[in-house]
Amino acid sequence: MTSNVQAPARTAGKTTTMPAALILLAGWLVPGAGHFLLRKWIRGSLILISIVSMFGIGLALKGKIYSPNTAELLDMLNFAGNLGTGLLYVIARVFDLGQASVQVAIADYGTKFIVVAGLLNIISAVDAHSLATGRKAS
Amino acid sequence: MTISHFGAVLLFSLFTSVIFGITQRSDPRMMIRFGAFCFVLFVGGTIAASWLMWLIKH
Repeated sequence: MTSNVQAPARTAGKTTTMPAALILLAGWLVPGAGHFLLRKWIRGSLILISIVSMFGIGLALKGKIYSPNTAELLDMLNFAGNLGTGLLYVIARVFDLGQASVQVAIADYGTKFIVVAGLLNIISAVDAHSLATGRKAS
Repeated sequence: MTISHFGAVLLFSLFTSVIFGITQRSDPRMMIRFGAFCFVLFVGGTIAASWLMWLIKH
């Protein structure tokens, strides 16, 4: 049986000759770098500013930087969120930024800012990957 | 650094909406619209939830 329904065009065509995995990795390590490699300067800049600002505000609010642990499920999930910030997380660990534990109420906001910055960075890196593979139109 | 609760809501909503707008839409005009939509939902939802909690308490 035939159908007249047409599947939507899924591939908009590759936008770069670079490997998509490289763009994904760059976008994860440095916020916005994936978009920069695709010459999406404005989007990359907005992503960079947003992620770095959220991370910085989180640190300024004395947010907690999670380390690898197997203590509690939520701690492990928060660590995964932190890891999403890529090199920002490495810098924070190397220079011992952030707090080891949440001591004031406002620091809880800071902790959430840092975790969400990581999650948003992962979304951005995947978006850059989708652009590179042609899954996303533009 | 200290920040008010509402200030934290505004900053969180702003940055998150920017990322959502860029990543969830393809056309630049739709990006702006969706980002603004997310921002209004974030802030409006927080205010609505705050009033709801106030009503529950009183």
